[in-house]
This record gives sequence, structure tokens and C-alpha cells, in this order.
Amino acid sequence: MRYSGLRVITEGLFGNRGWRPAWRDPAPKAEYDAIIIGGGGHGLSTAYYLARNHGLTNVAVLEKGYLGSGNIGRNTTIVRANYFLPGNSEFYSHSLKLWEKLELELNYNVMHSQRGLINLFHSDGQRDAFARRGNAMINQGDDAILLDRDGVRDLLPYLDFDNTRFPIYGGLLHPRGGTARHDAVAWGYARAADKRGVDLIQNCEVTGIDVQNGRVTGVQTTRGAIRAKKVGIVVAGRSSQVAAMAGLRLPIESHILQAFVTEGLKPVIDHVISFGMGHFYISQSDKGGLVFGGDLDFYASYAARGNLPMVEHVMEAGMTLMPMIGRARVLRSWGGIMDMSPDGSPIIDKTPVDGLYIDCGWNYGGFKAVPASGWCMAHLMATGESHEVARRFRLNRFATGHLLDEEGTGSQHNLH
Amino acid sequence: MRLTCPHCGPRDRREFYYYGASEYLNRPGPEAAPDAWDSYLHLRDNPAGVTQDLWYHEQGCTAWLKVTRNTVTHEILAVEAVAGGTK
Ligand SMILES: Cc1cc2nc3c(=O)[nH]c(=O)nc-3n(C[C@H](O)[C@H](O)[C@H](O)COP(=O)(O)OP(=O)(O)OC[C@H]3O[C@@H](n4cnc5c(N)ncnc54)[C@H](O)[C@@H]3O)c2cc1C
Ligand SMILES: [Zn+2]
Repeated sequence: MRYSGLRVITEGLFGNRGWRPAWRDPAPKAEYDAIIIGGGGHGLSTAYYLARNHGLTNVAVLEKGYLGSGNIGRNTTIVRANYFLPGNSEFYSHSLKLWEKLELELNYNVMHSQRGLINLFHSDGQRDAFARRGNAMINQGDDAILLDRDGVRDLLPYLDFDNTRFPIYGGLLHPRGGTARHDAVAWGYARAADKRGVDLIQNCEVTGIDVQNGRVTGVQTTRGAIRAKKVGIVVAGRSSQVAAMAGLRLPIESHILQAFVTEGLKPVIDHVISFGMGHFYISQSDKGGLVFGGDLDFYASYAARGNLPMVEHVMEAGMTLMPMIGRARVLRSWGGIMDMSPDGSPIIDKTPVDGLYIDCGWNYGGFKAVPASGWCMAHLMATGESHEVARRFRLNRFATGHLLDEEGTGSQHNLH
Repeated sequence: MRLTCPHCGPRDRREFYYYGASEYLNRPGPEAAPDAWDSYLHLRDNPAGVTQDLWYHEQGCTAWLKVTRNTVTHEILAVEAVAGGTK
């Protein structure tokens, strides 16, 4: 069924009786050409591009819960291409281009909104760093505008410009940055993959990976054994556990990241804004809620909830930057489990086990990467070669010293 | 979250700096192969359950502590000083 405005009107006129489930609910087959473990954003987009770009349709996505129950449904939905290092820069640039055509591609409204992202800076040194980043973005073919204090004031008059402790010097504006509806991205890819013949199998936890003579032969699941010569591990915060099933030890530590949403308000914040002097960033959802967050709780964790010190810090930083939000009531807070790598950049690579591939290390920036990650992981699984824009996301780069340390904080998982 | 420092007693999480897995205590010797360094610096067991990691009582006695805790429940099971034995 194609979705369209006409369809919505027609269905409305006839009592909405014509809508059908957006995807099938198939039982697992005994064997597939390829299995994707994990039905989050990256797993679903990988399956979709395997079918779309490489004609591989005898594919299953195995999800232990329901589709979209992981980080894909827990993030703060920022989509941007403002990376600095070669390796990251071309990858996120490719992803943003895919985002810009995603709704047509999937025939699904993912509410991608390029409302502009503004990273504030508060000192001469920070301004210089952002100017360099902006230049790197422009060199990559993306967009960046360095705003001075008055330029920021024109766009964001409600910030506290009288703050003398953290004065606002300006901001780096990335006009094509913005947000999208996270669940819709999972649902859109799920529906489009299903339409091309991919089996989406929910409530199916992978409990073992079968390896014979160094080659993967299939997986064990709570719904029985399934054979496949190619298996992709795409499980974000659970990467270490699933990789361990094949005897692998990963450069990943799982950490908790929290986020918050207020009651719905009239439109007041038109952009995505990040504070440069504390852990705080914010946008307003189309429903009106202020969606905001900060940084990791900083200790390894698998609890999908955080602790109060980071809650307090985020609230303080928000009040410092924009005191006007002080009267908004926070409705909910939650946490997600982040697969932190030692340099803050991801991994899309083969593993030492033949036929077993891994896509992980998304830290807290994997939402914007969903299209390009699926594109490149599918390319790798179908052709056996890294895609050009993901060629530096190697599993062994830590051993060889080819780190992609965007923030320059060194090999400590929680500092990225 | 509170950690009971063996020197200072129960203290708020904010007084501590988190460093990472207690693996950092097993620094390879100068003769160790590159793989051993890769494993030491980057690779992690990353358990969902009981783990041991290093915390620094930065705003207290400045001791390094080895904490045994559960990463799923956030329960703290034991805290011992890295130097000078346990208490
Ligand atoms: C609070 C928060 C805010 C964030 N904000 C942003 C942001 O603004 N911008 C941005 O770009 N990124 C952001 N992120 C990061 C982003 O959400 C993640 O990097 C990304 O969603 C991870 O990839 P995924 O969607 O595939 O993960 P997930 O949705 O977590 O998918 C992994 C799936 O694997 C399944 N799984 C695990 N183990 C097994 C098993 N054994 N068998 C079968 N299935 C299994 C899980 O159930 C899960 O559904 C944020 C994350 C959080 C938590
Ligand atoms: Zn102490």
C-alpha cells in the first residue's frame, strides 16, 4: 500500500477501514542468505539497503524485543553533518544526503526537519575551534556559517546574553542540521524492507552464534536455530554480549545517556541549540515538548535509567543558558545504553570470523548515521569490501593507531 | 548513587571521577607484545552484571578505589582502596 495525502483523505471518508499492517509478522525460516541481529535503526536500514542496493532479499532481521525498542526510540533525534576528521566527515555528509531524500525513498513521513543547528561558543579559543570545524564542513561540501554574538542574538533572542560567567561569543550555524521523528525512521525502514521481502522477526533473541572452522554458519535463537552464511551484528549497546557469542572481545564499553522532555508548549525554540560551557542541548518537538539532554552519566551501565547528578547538571546548564524554560514542567526522563568506543567513532567491518560482520561503536551519535550506516554495512556484507565513505571505520584501528578521535580526548571510552 | 570510600565513608557519586574497567591495573610489562597493549588500552569485557572498575575520590581523600558493582542494577557490592590494601 502506497501512502499519500489522497490516501489519507480517501480512508478518512470511508471510515479508515482500508489500512493494513505496515509489515508482515513471519515465522523464521530454517535458512537465509543473510541475517541481521538487531532491529534498531541500523539493523533495519542495513536490511533495507541489502535488498535495495544489492538485490539480497532472502534476509532476516532478528530482534529480541519489538522493532524500535532500543536506542532508535530513545534518542533526541538530532541529524547533522558537522564532523571534522577525514573518515567521519565524508560518512556523515553521505548520511545527511540520504536523509534529505529519505521520505521519498521510503514513502514514509519521518518528519525530517532541517531547522538549523547552532553550537554556541563562549571564548576566543572555542571560536577558533568552531571556525576550523566550519571550514572542514564547507570543504566537505556541507554548510556552515560562523555567527557572531549579534548574529546569535538575532536568531535566539531568548538566551541569557547578560551571563558574565559563560558569555556568548557566537555560534556555528549548520543550516541543514535538524531533527527527525525517531520511531518513524525505524518504522519507515521496517516497512520498506518488508515490502522488498525481508523477514522482520520480533521477540527473537539471538543466544548463540554458530561458527565452524572459522566460518559463521548460523545463529541460535529463542525461536530456534537459523542458518546463514552471512551474519551482521548490529545491536548497539549490547554489542559486547553478542560478539562474545562468537568469541570476540570488542573495544566497547556500554554507558548510560539520559534525555528529558517537557510538557507540550507553543513553538518557542526554532532550532537545535547546544551550550558550549556545560552539558546541555535542546530542541522542540513538533508536538511542542522541549527535548533536551546532556552528557553520559560517565560510568559503565546497562540500566536504561540514569542517576540524579547528571539530571541536576543538565537542568542547571539549561537554566544558565535560557532561563525562560524554567517554568516548563519536565514530563519524563529516560536513558539509553550507548556503545562507546575508545576514540568516539564507529566500527563497520568484518570480524576475524568469516562471514561475520559488525556495525557498532555509535557512541551517542548513531541516529543521524542510520541511513549511511545501513548503506555501508549492506555494501560490506554484500561485496566483502568496505564502502568508500566508511573505509576508516576498522575494527583493528586501535591496534594499528589509526584512531578517529574527533574530540581529541584519548583512549578512554567515556570521554567521547 | 553513593560509594562507601574505605577512608571517608559513604559519599555522593559527584565526589568521584570514573576512570574505567579495573583492567587498567594490569599494565603489561615493557616486553609485552603489541596485542597485549591493545587489549589493555581498548578491549573490554563490558559485562552486563557484576563488574570491577576504578574510581578516584577526587573531592575527598584522593585515593584510587576499586569498586565491585552491578552495571544493570547500579548496586555497589564492594569498594576497596587500590593502594594500601583493603579495609
Ligand atoms: C538519550 C539518547 C539521546 C541520543 N541522541 C542522539 C541524537 O540526538 N543524535 C544522534 O545521532 N544519535 C543520538 N543518540 C544515539 C542513537 O540513538 C544510537 O547511536 C543509535 O540509535 C544506535 O543504533 P540502533 O538504532 O541500531 O540501536 P538500537 O535501537 O538500540 O538497536 C539495537 C537492537 O538490537 C537488539 N538486540 C540486542 N541484543 C540482541 C540479541 N541478542 N538478539 C536480538 N536482538 C538484540 C535490541 O533489542 C535493539 O532493538 C542518542 C541516544 C540516546 C540513548
Ligand atoms: Zn575517600
